[in-house]
Amino acid sequence: MTMQPQLVPEAGGSPNPGTPDSPLSEAGVAAAPQEVVGRSPGQLAWRRFRKDRSGVISASIVIFFFLIAFAAPLIEKLYGKDPYTRYGQIHPGLLNEVGAPIAPNGGISGEHWFGIEPAVGRDVLMQLVYGIRTSLLLAVVVVIIVTVVGTILGITAGYLGGKVDYVISRVIDTLLAMPSQLFFIAFTPIVLALFVSERETTPTMLRATALIIVLSLFGWTRIARILRGQVLSMREREYIEAAKVSGAGSGRIIFKELLPNLWTPILIVATLDLPTYVTTEAALSFLGVGMTEPTPDWGRMINKGFEGMQSDVTYLAFPAIAMVIFVLAFNLLGDSVRDALDPKSNR
Amino acid sequence: MLRFLVRRLLGVAAILLVVSLITFYLFFAASGEDSVVRLSCGKNCTPEMRETVRHNLGLTKPLLEQYWIFISGIFAGRNIGEKTCNFPCLGYSFANNQNVSHTVADRFPTTVSLAIGAVVLFMTLGIGLGILAAMRRGKKTDKVATGFALLSGSAPIYVLGPLFIYLFVQQLGWMDRPQYHQFTDDPFQWASGLLLPWICLMTIHMAMYVRLTRSTMVDVLSEDYVRTLKAKGLSGRSVYIKHAFRGALSPIVTVLGVDIGVLMSGTIITESTFSLHGIGMLAVTSVTDSDLPMMMGVVVIAASFTMLANLVVDLLYAVIDPRVRLS
Repeated sequence: MTMQPQLVPEAGGSPNPGTPDSPLSEAGVAAAPQEVVGRSPGQLAWRRFRKDRSGVISASIVIFFFLIAFAAPLIEKLYGKDPYTRYGQIHPGLLNEVGAPIAPNGGISGEHWFGIEPAVGRDVLMQLVYGIRTSLLLAVVVVIIVTVVGTILGITAGYLGGKVDYVISRVIDTLLAMPSQLFFIAFTPIVLALFVSERETTPTMLRATALIIVLSLFGWTRIARILRGQVLSMREREYIEAAKVSGAGSGRIIFKELLPNLWTPILIVATLDLPTYVTTEAALSFLGVGMTEPTPDWGRMINKGFEGMQSDVTYLAFPAIAMVIFVLAFNLLGDSVRDALDPKSNR
Repeated sequence: MLRFLVRRLLGVAAILLVVSLITFYLFFAASGEDSVVRLSCGKNCTPEMRETVRHNLGLTKPLLEQYWIFISGIFAGRNIGEKTCNFPCLGYSFANNQNVSHTVADRFPTTVSLAIGAVVLFMTLGIGLGILAAMRRGKKTDKVATGFALLSGSAPIYVLGPLFIYLFVQQLGWMDRPQYHQFTDDPFQWASGLLLPWICLMTIHMAMYVRLTRSTMVDVLSEDYVRTLKAKGLSGRSVYIKHAFRGALSPIVTVLGVDIGVLMSGTIITESTFSLHGIGMLAVTSVTDSDLPMMMGVVVIAASFTMLANLVVDLLYAVIDPRVRLS
């Protein structure tokens, strides 16, 4: 019975008390005695977020990754190497006759900070930098598509109900139950074949487009399902009824009444989705069915590093560590965003 | 109960028909005859092979007729070219000269072993850690458990797998590279050969169950009936495990249902990472080898398997939570 006392003060399981009508955070309570300052829910969320240390740190890491992806060409100029040139084959003294880097730890030197790729001899740092670009660009595009499509379909299903809801819900259930990775693998060559007819080399952009299409095809279900549930319960609220009674059309109700209340779940799901697509894209490239040579890609780097791990683990270590840091930071950020926007949730 | 079961089975069959039809269309019609032949003919395709493949696929027939031949072939068998393909005929792989059904049946036990072991591990450990964290809420155990869950969920399998192999196989030499042995041959070898992949899959999946169990347990623990039980003087263990956990179980099972598809995806990467020859590996190689008929068979089997597993979870759900009437 030693656990009993600690349960009482925390009963209810919500660290921040507050009802939807009066979302008072600690910050809001503290400010109240001096002067009642009106704060929008966004401002309150921002105040909560700023206080969350792990949230701020993870946000900085995430921003750092985005900056690197954005500034990749600039880094290339300053650093003086590009991700495609096979330095190890041009300059003697970098790779030995078996193709392993001569300098210790995967060829780390003042010239090549993170070493060089075994056998091929490309610069690891530049591959990493441009690799983020590949993953992030794909993931961001997929998240945008998925969020827009999922929001539209989710709200439609929840708001219209009836047959439309039934059909959309069945599709969502089925797609969610399916092993999506298998379909990604299976459909990517098909989508590619739709664009490229003969056995010619596929342009990088087409490959990326094919991946985006396939990932989006399955991705919209998550957000759609959550929004459908939210709209379903919101539809019965008084303010929606009031809007209906005062003669508002469906369009107005959806965009002016429902959507403003749905930004929180949309934002939360989008933040949690992004790292999923980064890892999924890398997984496909790891399996050899995603982005192909010579596009720099973390998944492919990990795969190559894994193959040559026995002799030198460095080429595996860099992309692997970068990937874990990125995903961890993004997951933490997702949790903090959720805590800030929705203080009642206790995960 | 029986009515529910029959209805759900019919539902699963209907969904599978739709899914397989869409897949069939995308595979064998959408990209045009030349692409289909190219994608079915294998890596080393000669012009003669091309013609045989073109002839045997029967692509000139209307799509629905092709689909009907495929579906009826599963139940009745069919002839593909000169080859006879018996009862569960999923097609013929021209790239590897194999009966798709035989190959799939050959690979299936590996994937199932992988999935079952992983489910058992991550359910027990995930739920266990979750309960522990909820019991010691706010204390060190809680922080360690939730922190571990967060960290473990952030390393993808293709990062964890190489790390484990590097550490335990190459550096420490504690075990051999994972390998599949038949359970019926030697259960111990079966388990030890799959241990690393299991741990890998467990680490990835556990995170969600720790967090979910913890949060639902925390909710349940603040309910009146739990307080009553404590007031009655029941021991802590009895309250937590027998009563509170029972109340927290249904959301966990719901998540398990959704998670089966994800687990299937996980086994694909796990199999490739540990070079285990299961269904997932087969899927990857049939794409890289241009082997559409094999891919079609794999998709149909994997989809059926996940749908059935989902059904089993749904039934479990009704057993666990009597409030859920099967309707």
